[in-house]
Amino acid sequence: MPSTRDIRRRIKSVKNTAQITKAMQLVAAAKMKKAQDQASNGRAYAEMLNKILVNLKEHAEEGIHPFFSAGKGDKTLVLLIASDKGLCGALNTNLFKKLLTTQIEGEVEYVTIGKKAVQAINRLRRTLLADFPIKDPAKFPEVRAVSRFIQEKYRTGEYKKVLVVFNNFINTVTVVPSVEQLLPVNPVTLGGKRDFGHDTSASTGPALEYKFEPSAQVVFETVLPQYVNDTVYQMVLESRASEHSSRMVAMKNATDNAKQMIKDLSLEYNKLRQAAITNELLEITTAKMALE
Amino acid sequence: MPLKLEIVTPDARVYSDEVDTVVLPGYEGEMGVLPAHSNLVTTLRPGELRITKAGKTIELAVGEGLVEVTGSITRILTDSALDADKIDEKAAEEAIARAKKTLEELKPGEHQEEVAAAMAAIQRATAHLNFKRKRKTV
Repeated sequence: MPSTRDIRRRIKSVKNTAQITKAMQLVAAAKMKKAQDQASNGRAYAEMLNKILVNLKEHAEEGIHPFFSAGKGDKTLVLLIASDKGLCGALNTNLFKKLLTTQIEGEVEYVTIGKKAVQAINRLRRTLLADFPIKDPAKFPEVRAVSRFIQEKYRTGEYKKVLVVFNNFINTVTVVPSVEQLLPVNPVTLGGKRDFGHDTSASTGPALEYKFEPSAQVVFETVLPQYVNDTVYQMVLESRASEHSSRMVAMKNATDNAKQMIKDLSLEYNKLRQAAITNELLEITTAKMALE
Repeated sequence: MPLKLEIVTPDARVYSDEVDTVVLPGYEGEMGVLPAHSNLVTTLRPGELRITKAGKTIELAVGEGLVEVTGSITRILTDSALDADKIDEKAAEEAIARAKKTLEELKPGEHQEEVAAAMAAIQRATAHLNFKRKRKTV
Protein backbone atom coordinates (compact mmCIF):
# COMPACT_ATOMS: atom_id res chain seq x y z
CA MET A 1 0.00 0.00 0.00
CA PRO A 2 1.65 3.22 -1.13
CA SER A 3 1.64 6.16 1.23
CA THR A 4 0.16 9.51 0.28
CA ARG A 5 3.64 10.85 -0.16
CA ASP A 6 4.50 8.16 -2.69
CA ILE A 7 1.44 9.00 -4.72
CA ARG A 8 2.19 12.71 -4.57
CA ARG A 9 5.62 11.99 -5.91
CA ARG A 10 4.26 9.90 -8.75
CA ILE A 11 1.76 12.59 -9.70
CA LYS A 12 4.55 15.11 -9.84
CA SER A 13 6.69 12.94 -12.09
CA VAL A 14 3.81 12.17 -14.45
CA LYS A 15 3.04 15.89 -14.62
CA ASN A 16 6.60 16.57 -15.67
CA THR A 17 6.43 13.94 -18.37
CA ALA A 18 3.15 15.37 -19.61
CA GLN A 19 4.73 18.79 -19.83
CA ILE A 20 7.56 17.44 -21.97
CA THR A 21 5.32 15.47 -24.30
CA LYS A 22 3.04 18.47 -24.64
CA ALA A 23 5.99 20.64 -25.67
CA MET A 24 7.14 18.02 -28.16
CA GLN A 25 3.63 17.79 -29.53
CA LEU A 26 3.54 21.52 -30.16
CA VAL A 27 6.94 21.50 -31.84
CA ALA A 28 5.94 18.55 -34.02
CA ALA A 29 2.66 20.24 -34.91
CA ALA A 30 4.47 23.34 -36.15
CA LYS A 31 6.92 21.29 -38.20
CA MET A 32 4.12 19.07 -39.43
CA LYS A 33 2.24 21.96 -40.98
CA LYS A 34 5.29 23.03 -42.97
CA ALA A 35 6.23 19.52 -44.00
CA GLN A 36 2.70 18.71 -45.11
CA ASP A 37 2.46 21.85 -47.21
CA GLN A 38 5.79 21.14 -48.81
CA ALA A 39 4.81 17.58 -49.62
CA SER A 40 1.43 18.39 -51.07
CA ASN A 41 2.73 21.32 -53.13
CA GLY A 42 5.34 19.25 -54.89
CA ARG A 43 3.08 16.33 -55.58
CA ALA A 44 1.36 17.67 -58.69
CA TYR A 45 4.69 18.32 -60.39
CA ALA A 46 6.22 14.98 -59.51
CA GLU A 47 3.13 13.07 -60.53
CA MET A 48 2.76 14.81 -63.84
CA LEU A 49 6.41 14.32 -64.69
CA ASN A 50 6.10 10.66 -63.81
CA LYS A 51 3.01 10.27 -65.94
CA ILE A 52 4.50 11.98 -68.97
CA LEU A 53 7.63 9.85 -68.77
CA VAL A 54 5.76 6.60 -68.28
CA ASN A 55 3.77 7.52 -71.34
CA LEU A 56 6.86 8.43 -73.35
CA LYS A 57 8.57 5.23 -72.28
CA GLU A 58 5.93 3.21 -74.07
CA HIS A 59 6.56 5.04 -77.30
CA ALA A 60 10.29 5.42 -77.09
CA GLU A 61 12.61 3.14 -78.96
CA GLU A 62 14.15 0.29 -77.06
CA GLY A 63 17.41 1.22 -75.39
CA ILE A 64 17.20 4.95 -76.03
CA HIS A 65 18.06 5.73 -72.44
CA PRO A 66 19.39 3.46 -69.66
CA PHE A 67 16.73 4.72 -67.22
CA PHE A 68 13.99 3.28 -69.40
CA SER A 69 15.20 -0.30 -69.30
CA ALA A 70 16.30 -2.73 -66.63
CA GLY A 71 20.03 -3.04 -66.06
CA LYS A 72 21.86 -6.16 -67.14
CA GLY A 73 22.91 -7.09 -63.62
CA ASP A 74 20.94 -9.15 -61.17
CA LYS A 75 21.20 -6.90 -58.14
CA THR A 76 18.55 -4.62 -56.75
CA LEU A 77 19.26 -1.28 -55.16
CA VAL A 78 16.94 -0.23 -52.37
CA LEU A 79 16.72 3.30 -51.04
CA LEU A 80 15.32 3.24 -47.54
CA ILE A 81 14.00 6.56 -46.23
CA ALA A 82 13.32 6.64 -42.50
CA SER A 83 13.49 9.30 -39.81
CA ASP A 84 16.48 10.55 -37.86
CA LYS A 85 14.73 10.60 -34.53
CA GLY A 86 12.45 8.22 -32.72
CA LEU A 87 9.40 8.98 -30.58
CA CYS A 88 7.14 8.93 -33.57
CA GLY A 89 4.98 5.94 -32.81
CA ALA A 90 5.17 2.84 -34.97
CA LEU A 91 6.26 4.81 -38.06
CA ASN A 92 9.69 3.28 -38.57
CA THR A 93 8.72 -0.15 -37.28
CA ASN A 94 5.93 -0.37 -39.80
CA LEU A 95 8.26 0.79 -42.55
CA PHE A 96 10.85 -1.88 -41.76
CA LYS A 97 8.13 -4.51 -41.55
CA LYS A 98 7.05 -3.49 -45.02
CA LEU A 99 10.62 -3.83 -46.21
CA LEU A 100 10.96 -7.29 -44.68
CA THR A 101 7.70 -8.57 -46.10
CA THR A 102 8.55 -7.37 -49.60
CA GLN A 103 9.95 -10.17 -51.69
CA ILE A 104 12.93 -9.00 -53.70
CA GLU A 105 14.69 -11.50 -55.91
CA GLY A 106 18.45 -11.65 -56.18
CA GLU A 107 21.05 -9.77 -54.24
CA VAL A 108 19.93 -6.55 -52.57
CA GLU A 109 22.05 -3.56 -51.66
CA TYR A 110 20.91 -0.60 -49.62
CA VAL A 111 21.23 3.15 -49.61
CA THR A 112 19.71 4.88 -46.64
CA ILE A 113 18.46 8.28 -45.54
CA GLY A 114 17.97 8.82 -41.82
CA LYS A 115 19.68 7.42 -38.74
CA LYS A 116 16.93 4.92 -38.01
CA ALA A 117 17.33 3.46 -41.49
CA VAL A 118 21.08 2.92 -41.04
CA GLN A 119 20.50 1.31 -37.68
CA ALA A 120 17.90 -1.04 -39.12
CA ILE A 121 20.11 -2.09 -42.06
CA ASN A 122 23.05 -2.71 -39.76
CA ARG A 123 20.91 -4.69 -37.37
CA LEU A 124 19.59 -6.82 -40.20
CA ARG A 125 23.16 -7.30 -41.45
CA ARG A 126 22.37 -6.20 -44.99
CA THR A 127 24.79 -4.63 -47.45
CA LEU A 128 24.87 -0.88 -46.93
CA LEU A 129 26.35 1.09 -49.83
CA ALA A 130 25.91 4.61 -48.51
CA ASP A 131 24.06 6.62 -45.94
CA PHE A 132 23.05 10.21 -46.56
CA PRO A 133 22.19 12.46 -43.64
CA ILE A 134 19.52 14.95 -44.63
CA LYS A 135 18.64 17.88 -42.44
CA ASP A 136 15.21 18.97 -41.49
CA PRO A 137 13.55 20.57 -43.39
CA ALA A 138 14.96 18.72 -46.40
CA LYS A 139 16.90 20.82 -48.88
CA PHE A 140 16.92 19.98 -52.54
CA PRO A 141 20.73 20.02 -53.04
CA GLU A 142 21.17 17.46 -50.27
CA VAL A 143 18.65 15.14 -51.82
CA ARG A 144 20.19 15.68 -55.25
CA ALA A 145 23.40 14.15 -53.92
CA VAL A 146 21.50 10.98 -53.02
CA SER A 147 19.79 10.90 -56.36
CA ARG A 148 23.05 11.40 -58.23
CA PHE A 149 24.65 8.54 -56.34
CA ILE A 150 21.78 6.25 -57.27
CA GLN A 151 21.91 7.32 -60.91
CA GLU A 152 25.63 6.65 -61.14
CA LYS A 153 25.13 3.22 -59.62
CA TYR A 154 22.31 2.45 -61.98
CA ARG A 155 24.25 3.57 -65.04
CA THR A 156 26.91 0.94 -64.31
CA GLY A 157 24.31 -1.63 -65.33
CA GLU A 158 24.90 -3.80 -62.27
CA TYR A 159 21.40 -3.28 -61.00
CA LYS A 160 18.24 -4.48 -62.60
CA LYS A 161 16.11 -1.99 -60.71
CA VAL A 162 16.00 0.63 -57.99
CA LEU A 163 13.29 0.49 -55.35
CA VAL A 164 12.44 3.11 -52.79
CA VAL A 165 10.94 2.18 -49.42
CA PHE A 166 9.40 5.19 -47.76
CA ASN A 167 6.35 6.44 -45.90
CA ASN A 168 3.66 7.83 -48.11
CA PHE A 169 1.82 10.67 -46.44
CA ILE A 170 -1.94 10.56 -46.79
CA ASN A 171 -3.23 12.61 -43.90
CA THR A 172 -2.23 13.38 -40.34
CA VAL A 173 -3.43 10.07 -38.97
CA THR A 174 -2.84 7.88 -42.00
CA VAL A 175 0.62 7.04 -43.24
CA VAL A 176 1.22 4.17 -45.63
CA PRO A 177 4.60 2.46 -45.79
CA SER A 178 5.21 1.99 -49.52
CA VAL A 179 7.62 0.37 -51.93
CA GLU A 180 7.89 2.11 -55.28
CA GLN A 181 10.08 1.40 -58.27
CA LEU A 182 12.20 4.41 -59.13
CA LEU A 183 14.19 2.95 -62.01
CA PRO A 184 13.55 1.88 -64.68
CA VAL A 185 10.86 4.54 -65.02
CA ASN A 186 7.61 3.16 -63.74
CA PRO A 187 4.29 4.54 -62.51
CA VAL A 188 4.81 5.83 -58.98
CA THR A 189 2.15 6.55 -56.39
CA LEU A 190 2.82 9.57 -54.23
CA GLY A 191 0.53 10.61 -51.44
CA GLY A 192 -2.93 9.18 -51.10
CA LYS A 193 -4.24 8.63 -54.56
CA ARG A 194 -3.08 9.24 -58.04
CA ASP A 195 -4.87 12.45 -58.82
CA PHE A 196 -4.30 13.89 -62.25
CA GLY A 197 -7.68 15.51 -62.48
CA HIS A 198 -9.84 14.94 -65.50
CA ASP A 199 -7.05 15.03 -68.06
CA THR A 200 -5.92 11.46 -67.41
CA SER A 201 -7.46 10.00 -70.50
CA ALA A 202 -5.84 12.52 -72.85
CA SER A 203 -2.52 10.81 -73.34
CA THR A 204 -3.17 7.31 -72.11
CA GLY A 205 -5.34 6.61 -75.11
CA PRO A 206 -4.14 4.89 -78.27
CA ALA A 207 -0.43 5.09 -79.02
CA LEU A 208 0.61 8.62 -79.76
CA GLU A 209 3.56 9.26 -81.97
CA TYR A 210 5.72 11.98 -80.55
CA LYS A 211 8.14 14.24 -82.28
CA PHE A 212 11.13 15.20 -80.20
CA GLU A 213 12.89 18.50 -80.39
CA PRO A 214 15.83 18.50 -80.98
CA SER A 215 15.99 14.71 -80.56
CA ALA A 216 14.73 12.05 -78.22
CA GLN A 217 18.22 11.47 -76.83
CA VAL A 218 18.72 15.09 -75.87
CA VAL A 219 15.30 15.41 -74.33
CA PHE A 220 15.65 12.25 -72.28
CA GLU A 221 19.20 13.01 -71.24
CA THR A 222 18.03 16.36 -69.83
CA VAL A 223 14.75 15.27 -68.36
CA LEU A 224 15.41 11.84 -66.87
CA PRO A 225 18.09 12.85 -64.35
CA GLN A 226 15.83 15.72 -63.31
CA TYR A 227 12.98 13.30 -62.99
CA VAL A 228 14.98 11.05 -60.65
CA ASN A 229 16.07 14.06 -58.57
CA ASP A 230 12.55 15.37 -58.26
CA THR A 231 11.00 12.04 -57.47
CA VAL A 232 13.51 11.22 -54.75
CA TYR A 233 13.02 14.69 -53.33
CA GLN A 234 9.27 14.28 -53.31
CA MET A 235 9.62 10.91 -51.59
CA VAL A 236 11.79 12.47 -48.91
CA LEU A 237 9.18 15.18 -48.46
CA GLU A 238 6.44 12.57 -48.11
CA SER A 239 8.52 10.76 -45.51
CA ARG A 240 9.18 13.94 -43.59
CA ALA A 241 5.52 14.90 -43.58
CA SER A 242 4.70 11.41 -42.33
CA GLU A 243 7.35 11.59 -39.64
CA HIS A 244 6.17 14.86 -38.16
CA SER A 245 2.53 13.85 -38.35
CA SER A 246 3.22 10.55 -36.61
CA ARG A 247 5.26 12.26 -33.95
CA MET A 248 2.55 14.82 -33.36
CA VAL A 249 -0.05 12.07 -32.98
CA ALA A 250 2.22 9.94 -30.77
CA MET A 251 2.99 12.88 -28.50
CA LYS A 252 -0.66 13.87 -28.33
CA ASN A 253 -1.54 10.34 -27.21
CA ALA A 254 1.26 10.42 -24.65
CA THR A 255 -0.01 13.71 -23.26
CA ASP A 256 -3.56 12.40 -23.09
CA ASN A 257 -2.42 9.24 -21.34
CA ALA A 258 -0.40 11.22 -18.84
CA LYS A 259 -3.42 13.40 -18.08
CA GLN A 260 -5.59 10.34 -17.55
CA MET A 261 -2.94 8.90 -15.25
CA ILE A 262 -2.79 12.10 -13.22
CA LYS A 263 -6.56 11.93 -12.86
CA ASP A 264 -6.46 8.31 -11.66
CA LEU A 265 -3.59 8.97 -9.28
CA SER A 266 -5.30 12.06 -7.86
CA LEU A 267 -8.40 10.01 -7.18
CA GLU A 268 -6.39 7.37 -5.41
CA TYR A 269 -4.55 10.04 -3.45
CA ASN A 270 -7.77 11.67 -2.31
CA LYS A 271 -9.22 8.33 -1.29
CA LEU A 272 -6.15 7.56 0.75
CA ARG A 273 -6.18 10.96 2.35
CA GLN A 274 -9.80 10.65 3.27
CA ALA A 275 -9.27 7.18 4.65
CA ALA A 276 -6.46 8.52 6.79
CA ILE A 277 -8.66 11.33 8.11
CA THR A 278 -11.54 8.97 8.86
CA ASN A 279 -9.13 6.69 10.61
CA GLU A 280 -7.81 9.51 12.76
CA LEU A 281 -11.31 10.66 13.66
CA LEU A 282 -12.20 7.12 14.60
CA GLU A 283 -9.17 6.90 16.83
CA ILE A 284 -9.99 10.18 18.52
CA THR A 285 -13.60 9.25 19.17
CA THR A 286 -12.61 5.80 20.46
CA ALA A 287 -10.04 7.35 22.76
CA LYS A 288 -12.62 9.84 24.02
CA MET A 289 -15.17 7.11 24.62
CA ALA A 290 -12.61 5.07 26.51
CA LEU A 291 -11.91 8.00 28.83
CA GLU A 292 -15.55 8.55 29.70
CA MET B 1 -11.26 22.48 -80.44
CA PRO B 2 -9.88 24.25 -77.43
CA LEU B 3 -6.33 23.86 -76.29
CA LYS B 4 -5.89 22.93 -72.68
CA LEU B 5 -2.81 24.31 -71.02
CA GLU B 6 -1.30 23.21 -67.76
CA ILE B 7 1.73 24.80 -66.16
CA VAL B 8 3.11 23.08 -63.10
CA THR B 9 6.10 23.99 -60.96
CA PRO B 10 7.43 22.09 -57.93
CA ASP B 11 5.69 24.64 -55.70
CA ALA B 12 2.28 24.80 -57.24
CA ARG B 13 -0.01 24.29 -60.19
CA VAL B 14 0.46 27.71 -61.73
CA TYR B 15 -1.98 27.64 -64.58
CA SER B 16 -4.65 25.31 -65.77
CA ASP B 17 -7.15 26.53 -68.29
CA GLU B 18 -8.32 26.37 -71.86
CA VAL B 19 -6.50 28.85 -74.08
CA ASP B 20 -6.39 29.92 -77.72
CA THR B 21 -2.67 29.76 -78.20
CA VAL B 22 0.54 29.63 -76.29
CA VAL B 23 3.99 30.77 -77.36
CA LEU B 24 6.87 29.23 -75.44
CA PRO B 25 10.66 29.29 -75.50
CA GLY B 26 11.48 25.80 -76.77
CA TYR B 27 14.82 24.17 -77.30
CA GLU B 28 15.16 25.49 -80.82
CA GLY B 29 13.67 28.92 -80.25
CA GLU B 30 10.25 30.37 -79.77
CA MET B 31 7.47 28.04 -80.63
CA GLY B 32 3.78 28.68 -80.97
CA VAL B 33 1.26 26.03 -80.09
CA LEU B 34 -2.22 26.11 -81.52
CA PRO B 35 -4.99 23.57 -81.00
CA ALA B 36 -4.42 20.27 -82.82
CA HIS B 37 -0.67 20.73 -82.85
CA SER B 38 1.12 17.49 -83.64
CA ASN B 39 2.48 15.54 -80.69
CA LEU B 40 5.74 16.93 -79.55
CA VAL B 41 8.10 16.74 -76.64
CA THR B 42 10.78 19.33 -76.12
CA THR B 43 12.74 20.98 -73.37
CA LEU B 44 11.97 24.48 -72.18
CA ARG B 45 14.57 27.21 -72.02
CA PRO B 46 14.46 30.07 -69.55
CA GLY B 47 12.53 32.83 -71.23
CA GLU B 48 9.16 34.26 -71.77
CA LEU B 49 5.90 32.47 -72.29
CA ARG B 50 2.81 34.08 -73.77
CA ILE B 51 -0.68 32.77 -73.38
CA THR B 52 -3.49 34.20 -75.47
CA LYS B 53 -7.00 33.64 -74.32
CA ALA B 54 -10.02 35.46 -75.75
CA GLY B 55 -7.90 38.35 -77.06
CA LYS B 56 -6.08 38.84 -73.78
CA THR B 57 -2.44 37.98 -73.35
CA ILE B 58 -0.85 36.65 -70.20
CA GLU B 59 2.90 36.69 -69.97
CA LEU B 60 5.03 34.61 -67.67
CA ALA B 61 8.76 34.27 -67.16
CA VAL B 62 9.59 30.58 -67.10
CA GLY B 63 12.65 28.59 -66.14
CA GLU B 64 13.98 25.34 -67.52
CA GLY B 65 11.64 22.47 -67.97
CA LEU B 66 9.80 20.03 -70.14
CA VAL B 67 6.97 20.56 -72.60
CA GLU B 68 4.61 17.87 -73.77
CA VAL B 69 2.22 18.77 -76.53
CA THR B 70 -0.56 16.50 -77.65
CA GLY B 71 -3.47 17.51 -79.83
CA SER B 72 -5.73 18.55 -77.00
CA ILE B 73 -3.44 19.33 -74.12
CA THR B 74 -0.16 21.09 -73.53
CA ARG B 75 1.67 20.32 -70.35
CA ILE B 76 4.51 22.51 -69.20
CA LEU B 77 6.69 21.41 -66.31
CA THR B 78 9.14 24.06 -65.27
CA ASP B 79 11.14 25.02 -62.21
CA SER B 80 9.61 28.47 -62.05
CA ALA B 81 6.84 30.46 -63.69
CA LEU B 82 6.42 34.05 -62.55
CA ASP B 83 4.57 37.09 -63.76
CA ALA B 84 6.27 40.47 -63.94
CA ASP B 85 5.04 41.69 -60.55
CA LYS B 86 6.69 38.83 -58.77
CA ILE B 87 10.12 39.28 -60.27
CA ASP B 88 12.56 41.08 -58.06
CA GLU B 89 15.10 42.86 -60.24
CA LYS B 90 17.56 43.26 -57.44
CA ALA B 91 17.35 39.61 -56.48
CA ALA B 92 17.91 38.61 -60.10
CA GLU B 93 20.98 40.86 -60.38
CA GLU B 94 22.34 39.45 -57.16
CA ALA B 95 21.75 35.93 -58.40
CA ILE B 96 23.76 36.69 -61.56
CA ALA B 97 26.60 38.18 -59.54
CA ARG B 98 26.63 35.22 -57.20
CA ALA B 99 26.64 32.68 -60.00
CA LYS B 100 29.44 34.52 -61.82
CA LYS B 101 31.50 34.51 -58.67
CA THR B 102 30.95 30.78 -58.26
CA LEU B 103 32.03 30.26 -61.85
CA GLU B 104 35.26 32.17 -61.28
CA GLU B 105 36.05 30.27 -58.12
CA LEU B 106 35.55 26.87 -59.68
CA LYS B 107 38.47 25.44 -61.57
CA PRO B 108 37.78 24.66 -65.20
CA GLY B 109 37.34 20.99 -65.97
CA GLU B 110 36.12 20.18 -62.51
CA HIS B 111 32.76 20.41 -60.81
CA GLN B 112 30.81 20.08 -64.00
CA GLU B 113 27.56 19.88 -62.13
CA GLU B 114 28.23 23.08 -60.23
CA VAL B 115 29.26 24.89 -63.39
CA ALA B 116 26.09 23.76 -65.09
CA ALA B 117 24.02 24.88 -62.11
CA ALA B 118 25.67 28.31 -62.08
CA MET B 119 25.17 28.71 -65.83
CA ALA B 120 21.53 27.77 -65.45
CA ALA B 121 21.16 30.31 -62.66
CA ILE B 122 22.63 33.04 -64.86
CA GLN B 123 20.36 32.12 -67.74
CA ARG B 124 17.33 32.10 -65.54
CA ALA B 125 18.10 35.39 -63.82
CA THR B 126 18.92 37.05 -67.14
CA ALA B 127 15.63 35.86 -68.57
CA HIS B 128 13.86 37.29 -65.55
CA LEU B 129 15.62 40.62 -65.93
CA ASN B 130 14.91 40.91 -69.64
CA PHE B 131 11.33 40.06 -69.04
CA LYS B 132 10.92 42.63 -66.29
CA ARG B 133 12.72 45.44 -68.11
CA LYS B 134 10.72 44.91 -71.26
CA ARG B 135 7.52 45.30 -69.29
CA LYS B 136 8.74 48.52 -67.71
CA THR B 137 9.37 50.43 -70.93
CA VAL B 138 6.01 49.53 -72.38
